[in-house]
Amino acid sequence: MSQSLNIKNLHASVEGTEILKGLSLEIPKGEVHAIMGPNGSGKSTLSKVMAGHEDYEVTEGSVHMDGVDLLDMDIDERSRAGFFLAFQYPHEIPGVSNANFLRAALQARLPKGEEIDAVAFYKDMYSKMDALSMDRKFTARSVNDGFSGGEKKRNEILQMMMLEPHYAVLDETDSGLDIDALKIVAEGVNRMRSPERGFLVITHYQRLLDYIVPDVVHVMFDGRIVKTGDKSLALELEAKGYDWVTEELAATA
Amino acid sequence: MSDSATLEAVNIDQDAGDFSYPEDYKHDAGIGLSEATIDYISDVKGEADWIREFRKKALRIFEDKPMPTSWATKDLENIVFENIRYYLSKGQAPTRSWDDVPDDVKETFERLGIPEKERKFLSGVEAQFDSEAAYSNVKEELSKEGVIFVNSTEGLREHPELFRKWFGKVIPTGDNKFSALNSAVFSGGSFIYVPPGVKVKHPLQAYFRINAENFGQFERTLIIVDEGAEVTYMEGCTAPKFETSTLHSAVVELVAMKDAKIQYITVQNWSSNVFNLVTKRGMAHENAEIRWIDCNIGSRLTMKYPGVIMKGRKARGEVISIALANDGQHQDTGAKMIHAADETTSNIVAKSISVGKGRSTYRGQVHIPKHLKGCKNNTECDALLINSSSRTDTYPAITVRGNQHATQHEASVSQVSEDQIFYMKQRGLSEGEAMSLSVNGFVNDLVREFPMEYSVELKRLIDMEMEDSVG
Repeated sequence: MSQSLNIKNLHASVEGTEILKGLSLEIPKGEVHAIMGPNGSGKSTLSKVMAGHEDYEVTEGSVHMDGVDLLDMDIDERSRAGFFLAFQYPHEIPGVSNANFLRAALQARLPKGEEIDAVAFYKDMYSKMDALSMDRKFTARSVNDGFSGGEKKRNEILQMMMLEPHYAVLDETDSGLDIDALKIVAEGVNRMRSPERGFLVITHYQRLLDYIVPDVVHVMFDGRIVKTGDKSLALELEAKGYDWVTEELAATA
Repeated sequence: MSDSATLEAVNIDQDAGDFSYPEDYKHDAGIGLSEATIDYISDVKGEADWIREFRKKALRIFEDKPMPTSWATKDLENIVFENIRYYLSKGQAPTRSWDDVPDDVKETFERLGIPEKERKFLSGVEAQFDSEAAYSNVKEELSKEGVIFVNSTEGLREHPELFRKWFGKVIPTGDNKFSALNSAVFSGGSFIYVPPGVKVKHPLQAYFRINAENFGQFERTLIIVDEGAEVTYMEGCTAPKFETSTLHSAVVELVAMKDAKIQYITVQNWSSNVFNLVTKRGMAHENAEIRWIDCNIGSRLTMKYPGVIMKGRKARGEVISIALANDGQHQDTGAKMIHAADETTSNIVAKSISVGKGRSTYRGQVHIPKHLKGCKNNTECDALLINSSSRTDTYPAITVRGNQHATQHEASVSQVSEDQIFYMKQRGLSEGEAMSLSVNGFVNDLVREFPMEYSVELKRLIDMEMEDSVG
């Protein structure tokens, strides 16, 4: 059984329009991969399809997580099996405190009848909040309700740290972050890097990759991976712009 | 964890109420309603002539009054009064010990967890099975202080002077068609008297159980809290899921004398075939406070607008209401605040949740006449919609005359979006858990007002209801 998040020839469409057009990508456990690409190339669609959003229909291909068919599972099953998505636009849940939400999410992972240890839970949460420079008052505030863009993204990373997934997809986590917040978020992700965990970092800009240094960089265009390389590819893209990739594609076509 | 201990202590779920025992009644007034039905009830109870006359007069008023379908739902027309059984009892006086309660009745209440709750956190309990109370007990130290907590049949017999003084005074027989019906055939319900200055620390609880099919339960509750005294009363209700519909039509009257405080909490979990048409009103004298905390879950149709008449200066009235309308249910609830003295204050916070094809309606009436000074009202009603086909309506009627008052009204409608559910599911919560967390979040600020045991119970009921709605 391969220890990876393995996407093969993935085709997906929304309302009849095909967005992913045969995307293949394998993230072995322990590696950090980045996907870069221009707006509209299907980066966010990929993350939502992997998470199981019902607006998207998978028409062909497969996604396996450590050999298990991810697409065969319901949204919440995927999460409990160890798949995490840090949202580009995290939702607000009025009236539900951050602490209660995290607790419910962890509780959902326990066998029926087993209760979460509240003392250990708070201790763990506080130490992770400290690492993300989050004020303790966030535990009592409603999930993402009235949070600034940076606070929401930090909260996504806190949830990831608490849920300890096997694979995490970060969808444009850098958007809307100033440089200080970006450093904190990246530090949170770097602390989570381990041989037991794989990451897919989706971003439009190279800047984030200065702080979360990827093992592999993929370039996505028109629903496919069109180029793969090491971290220097990100720098090259930054220097030459996305037109470079599209022109190169046109030349080889 | 203390949390889970409490949770077990108040363990009531949606299906826990769905069972019934074979019928074995000594007294059965038969099917349908006439003067003979009333004579039967009065004879069985051995009532004084004035009560018999009171009932018969009420029957005539009931027959004369049209159904309120000019403003309320046409579903009321589906109640067939001729098919209902109006009185069923085992002919046994309520006992003070669970050991003396007939086995099937005792088992019923044990399955609902009532004796256990009584041991844990209640000052007194009354348990009504169809028409009459099967069990009624109040802690000894309270009876020594002069607190009376009995069913209405016993209250009428043992304390006629007190009972008669206030009976039907807060809610006159002709208030509405269903208060007239209740006045004609009432049986059971609680009679409570708290003497001056006595503050009852733990809640008194009544539990109303319908066991028989085609049955109408018409309890009558009268609570009188004398000067400077305080009490919290809690009622719970369940019925099995029968094929045919069942009618529950109660009348509850509260009287808070000068400086008294009454808190009346309802956590209703009727099965989805019950027509629940209840009239509840309190009268608050000078500087007295009446608070209704009303949680309506279940039933086919609930129509209930708890009210407070603020009769003395500086009296306060409050209604906190939570209604959850699931598929096929209609919660038509609200509040009535009648300001009848200077510097009176009322507060209404109503939250409704409509799921699937569930429908919720808020009706509020606030009345402040011109000749008064310094009255205040605050009204907030918030609706949460889950699923696009659900419906919510708000009919506030705030009549404020004169310019020396302050009122404020806010209303909101919000929706649990599919993307919000997606977000929560991505964190590992099932759809039911995600919806129930959203609903609990929506009512969270109100639930904090409840005594702990009941907030846990309410949360559990919401969880069950939301799990069910996912199917």
